[in-house]
Amino acid sequence: MKTEISAPARKAWMSLLAQADEAELSRLWLAFDRTPDFDWLRAPEAGGVMVRGRMGGSGAPFNLGEMTVTRCALTLADGTVGHAYVQGRSKPKAEIAAKVDALMQTDAADDLRQAVLEPLQQAQQTRKAARAAKAAATKVEFFTMVRGED
Amino acid sequence: MSLDIETSSYGGGFATPAVDAANAFRAAMNAMARPGRLQEISGAQPPAGISPAAGCLLLTLCDPETGIFLAPDVDSPALRSWLAFHTGAPFMAADRADFALGSWEALMPLSTYRIGTPEYPDRSTTLIVELPEFAAPNASLTGPGIKDSMSFALPDVAACQGNAAQFPLGVDFFFTSGAQLAALPRSTSIQAKD
Repeated sequence: MKTEISAPARKAWMSLLAQADEAELSRLWLAFDRTPDFDWLRAPEAGGVMVRGRMGGSGAPFNLGEMTVTRCALTLADGTVGHAYVQGRSKPKAEIAAKVDALMQTDAADDLRQAVLEPLQQAQQTRKAARAAKAAATKVEFFTMVRGED
Repeated sequence: MSLDIETSSYGGGFATPAVDAANAFRAAMNAMARPGRLQEISGAQPPAGISPAAGCLLLTLCDPETGIFLAPDVDSPALRSWLAFHTGAPFMAADRADFALGSWEALMPLSTYRIGTPEYPDRSTTLIVELPEFAAPNASLTGPGIKDSMSFALPDVAACQGNAAQFPLGVDFFFTSGAQLAALPRSTSIQAKD
């Protein structure tokens, strides 16, 4: 059992799990093929959260809008706690995300990172790149003609 | 920044939150409506140090908008993280809290707590008093919700009489022990029994 995990690292994998595509996540999880014993601390439940933002990242906070999330918390047989807050209404996705969060705090972390988190990370990057490329294709460059004043 | 591995002190919440909280709320409401009468309450198993009845009450009544004061005798990291996980309620000083939990001795003096204002008598604290047991009655209660009179064991009759004398201001009490609770709203008049 690992004794210490860094907060930014945990934040990073929870964020990845929250945004992951459900089909992809469950395919990778099934392929990882480990079913830990666990007890629910909080069974999966769907609800709304208000997403807040700051203009430019530093202005006064404003309410961006509500989104649906599903959350749950569970504890493994050794007492490790996993939490999940994921986008959408899918309870199976929340369950998988919480199990991954719990297992990432145990010895299984390295295997799990390779089998699940890295493919998810790649998929996310591919999605981002595709979207950025699509946006770039519609970009219009404005430039000023030389007016020849001098 | 690094975190210790997160291990569980979160177990023992309501198994079926909607149903359990509704049952517990009904018990709390009946207790307030029938001052001095014991009610059974169950569903939660809080960390060591507080009774199941007090744990159920807190899970039922508290949310992120109600401040809780934990008296020194019940305050522990385990209880704090348990309440934070299940209710999200903030912890506050005694003079700003909506709910206060502890034994009678640890909660005193009563003058610490908010008693409301004449315009808003509801802005007062509800004390959840942990008792080792419901002892032999030492007071007779009369007032709303009591047909003739009700015998009840109060930890300090004079202090409770002083609180009732401030009506419509004042604090309200829940008394908890094991899986049982009883309540004493400020509207009940109290006579010492000899």
